[in-house]
Amino acid sequence: MTALPLLAIELSYWQATAIKLGAVMTVIPLGSLVLVYVFLFKMMSHMQSRLGPMEAGPHGTLQVLAEAGKFLQKEDIFPARADRAVFGLAPVVVIVSTFMLYAVIPAGPDLIVEDLDVGVFFALAVGSISVIGILMAGWSSASKYSLLGALRSAGQLIAYELPLVLAVVGVVIQAGTMSLQGIVHAQADGEIFGFGLIGNPFILTQFIGFVIFLIAAQAELTQTPFDMPVAESELVAGYMTEYSGFRFLFFFIAEFGSAFALSGIAATLFLGGWYVPFLPDGLLGNLAGPAVLGAKIMFVAFLIFWMRFTFPRFREDQLQAIAWKFLIPASLANIVVTGILKVVM
Amino acid sequence: MSLTSNPAPVDWQKASYVAAQAADARVNVELETEGMILNIGPQHPATHGTLRVVVRLDGEEVVWAEPICGYMHRGYEKLTEVRTYPQVTTLINRIDWLGSFANEVPFILGAEQLMGIEAPPRAQWIRTIFFEMARIANLTLFLGDMGVQLGALTPVFYAFRDREYVLNLIESATGGRFHPNYDRIGGLKDDLPRGWIDECQGAMRKVRSFCDELEDLLMGNEIFQARTRGIGVIPAAIGLDYGMSGANIRASGIDWDLRRDSESPLAWKEVDWKVWTHPDGDSFARYWVRLQEVREATSIVDQLLEGLPAGPIMSKVPKIIKVPAGEVWCHTENPLGEMGYYIVSQGGLGPFRCKIRSASFNNVSILSWLLKGVYVPDVITILASLYFILGDIDR
Amino acid sequence: MSPADTPSPEGAAEGAPEKAPESAAEPVTAPEPETAPEPEAAPEPEAAPEPEAAPEPEPEPVDPKLQVLIDSLRERLGDGFVASDVVGGDLWVRVDVSQWRRAAEVAKGELGMDYFCFLSGIDWLPNPLLAGRDVWDPNPNEASEAAVDEPVGTIHTGIAGGDTRFQVFARLYSTRTHVGITLKADLDDESPTAPSLTSVYRGADWHEREAWEMYGFDFEGHPGLRHMYLPGEFEGHPLRKDFPMLAREVKPWPGLVDKEQIPGEAAEPDASETVSSEEAAAT
Repeated sequence: MTALPLLAIELSYWQATAIKLGAVMTVIPLGSLVLVYVFLFKMMSHMQSRLGPMEAGPHGTLQVLAEAGKFLQKEDIFPARADRAVFGLAPVVVIVSTFMLYAVIPAGPDLIVEDLDVGVFFALAVGSISVIGILMAGWSSASKYSLLGALRSAGQLIAYELPLVLAVVGVVIQAGTMSLQGIVHAQADGEIFGFGLIGNPFILTQFIGFVIFLIAAQAELTQTPFDMPVAESELVAGYMTEYSGFRFLFFFIAEFGSAFALSGIAATLFLGGWYVPFLPDGLLGNLAGPAVLGAKIMFVAFLIFWMRFTFPRFREDQLQAIAWKFLIPASLANIVVTGILKVVM
Repeated sequence: MSLTSNPAPVDWQKASYVAAQAADARVNVELETEGMILNIGPQHPATHGTLRVVVRLDGEEVVWAEPICGYMHRGYEKLTEVRTYPQVTTLINRIDWLGSFANEVPFILGAEQLMGIEAPPRAQWIRTIFFEMARIANLTLFLGDMGVQLGALTPVFYAFRDREYVLNLIESATGGRFHPNYDRIGGLKDDLPRGWIDECQGAMRKVRSFCDELEDLLMGNEIFQARTRGIGVIPAAIGLDYGMSGANIRASGIDWDLRRDSESPLAWKEVDWKVWTHPDGDSFARYWVRLQEVREATSIVDQLLEGLPAGPIMSKVPKIIKVPAGEVWCHTENPLGEMGYYIVSQGGLGPFRCKIRSASFNNVSILSWLLKGVYVPDVITILASLYFILGDIDR
Repeated sequence: MSPADTPSPEGAAEGAPEKAPESAAEPVTAPEPETAPEPEAAPEPEAAPEPEAAPEPEPEPVDPKLQVLIDSLRERLGDGFVASDVVGGDLWVRVDVSQWRRAAEVAKGELGMDYFCFLSGIDWLPNPLLAGRDVWDPNPNEASEAAVDEPVGTIHTGIAGGDTRFQVFARLYSTRTHVGITLKADLDDESPTAPSLTSVYRGADWHEREAWEMYGFDFEGHPGLRHMYLPGEFEGHPLRKDFPMLAREVKPWPGLVDKEQIPGEAAEPDASETVSSEEAAAT
């Protein structure tokens, strides 16, 4: 459908869907692997005054492929008392929830898998399915550490869903639509006090929302300072402790894939998505759009991982206190102010 | 899936061995169904080695805790009875393996006291320098490691980077980074190599800048303070009752440091330095006191380097050392706390009985009292802040 | 090189005849040893170097701080106070085992010993592996020569004397006055038992467990004596001198003196027993 005017080819629905799925399936691992290399290997290492992997490929660029290969060839271990079906299904649930996020992120004027009218709502809804997967993983591992990690994460992820959603409501009010493509256009076509050159990226007016979204995203991704579920020095790997081999790879890809996707959503909602001023139309625009979006994703991911490597972690009750006593009231206040200003101005 | 089906038939010998190990703990488990028993250790990233802490949890709160040690027991006190004095020196290096030189010193001083010999002043001063460098090596690791236990992955790399300078210096003088085996009855093995003093002063500068960096990065961090303030408060009287020593008890307000308060032939009285205490007694206080102690140690080393006397580094001792009969108790302020040796000699080539009093043994015994009613993450914080070394507990 | 300055077990009324403290083969030419006087020992000067002819060294005047401790303990314990000694500025007190807990209570309550340092045991039986001293001692001197003649298994006890093979000892310290005291008590050879100090000092808990495990001492009133270091089915008490050390039974000790030349030093003559006696004779 959307590929039609672009490539001037007639494609049936199934062919178009297959192409879109193929594109998404390459983007997800590629994106997460790029994030892993740039931020986890190189940025983390340089911040810690060391070099990181340097052997595989120039400056260690192929290390990620080596890692993937390593995970794939490991033995598939089930703990003796684990519930096999649930144990095997849990990583699948988590990664499916991640994959579904990519269905609504626009990468260019015409590059979107499905431009739903309730895009934002859909994205946030499917993002929270991963909680079930994590609980399944922790419970079925038959290990007390995994159970502790899973219970902590259930509490944490559910608590931080609310600020995540409420922070986005401000953007939706300002854009007037829940479709992500529509939000990008609203930013592209908007004006700042009559100055229309760079559009109106919502980060300017929704700065509080941006900050809350980032904090909540950090918690949703279980990154430090909110990584109680995976507290490495306490629970070893939390709910992922008993997993090895390709099941662990699923969790790993899910973690970084979600980081990629949530950064994409943040870039779309607050930074303008694939839009830059003077973006050409047509095919060129659809090639430049992903590049622009990629750059903005890198920026947001940089913020997320920078926080990860700098701060110690919160205790579970402190974490919940932040969510319930600080973030939710702040985001509610943000909504009220946005609503008033939208009507007034 | 065929790899994982068909589990092996039950191995009864192994099962009974495992059951015996489980009964090993002789932990008094009441037959309740409430609460979950969690084994923290012996293989766990947070326990600095093979310490096992069995806790019963009510949700995330600890109801009852018991530390179980002995996974690293090497039988040192029996071994010393069949070793000559220089051989014992090699052994005891490995008790607290992060600040190894500090382990040798009380033993050597005790033996010298029994023999009635004194090392020359240069040797005493260099011993003090190495003692303080052992303290720096030991405590800088603590400063970084406490961050790791709390989730801050970055400071530990800075700690290791700056610790390398100190370890390289120790190696250049003694030949060993971790186990210098440098102290001898009557003095030291060798004199310092050329250029060592300048390099040492440079290293001390780097350690000081590391301390400043860490003070902003970690200690000033609000999350760190939220995780450590008020956690694991040890009242001073109870701490002394359990025999806690070193920075742990100074963080509870007791102004006691054996470098200042006991008679010792080492050169601490020749330099100006301060004993740091903190009134709170919580985990933050323990971290704070150790940070100040590292700074103070660098200042001590600088002063000692400036005033280092010339002279021989070994007094006349026989080739084969036999210590006359007697008993002596010799203790020093080691990085982990008060370490002492009670040496009983009956005139032989080696000690007749050598009781090793190690600081971490007493420091860890307080855990069963301290961990009641804390959350699981706080257990990690407390274990990190008490700072024990397994070799020190288990000997 | 005065005999008085070598810290020697003195003042013990009971106990086996002490070995002579001087080791004539030791070429100790170091300056005055550091059995230094306490800085607060105000008016009394420390014992001057003894005249060489004195057969029995004069007891040093005792630091007043320590004398106070001795007097208080003697007063409180009465008969339980068996012996005391001050060696090298440190105080040893031997008490009767029935008064063991009382002594600790007095120390904590009245003498201000707030810090519990450690508690352990000593087995005074000589190691049977090391018997036959002419075999293992490459550097015999007068003391060890004399010791060869005595029957294997003769017990020599230490400072403040002792009557039995087993002794339990504890070290207490005051962080305010910086004075410490070592308490000792004789234990019965067949079934060594002592009252537990856990009601006085909480830290004694773990130390008593270790002493029970290593020596077999029984502590009455201890909440639960169980293994500290050793696995559950371990039999025997390792630190007892008659507990075999298998590695040493197989391989005698101390073996040959190391003959490897230290780089930079002149080549040394064959490093056998002759070296040490030569050096001993030279200096």
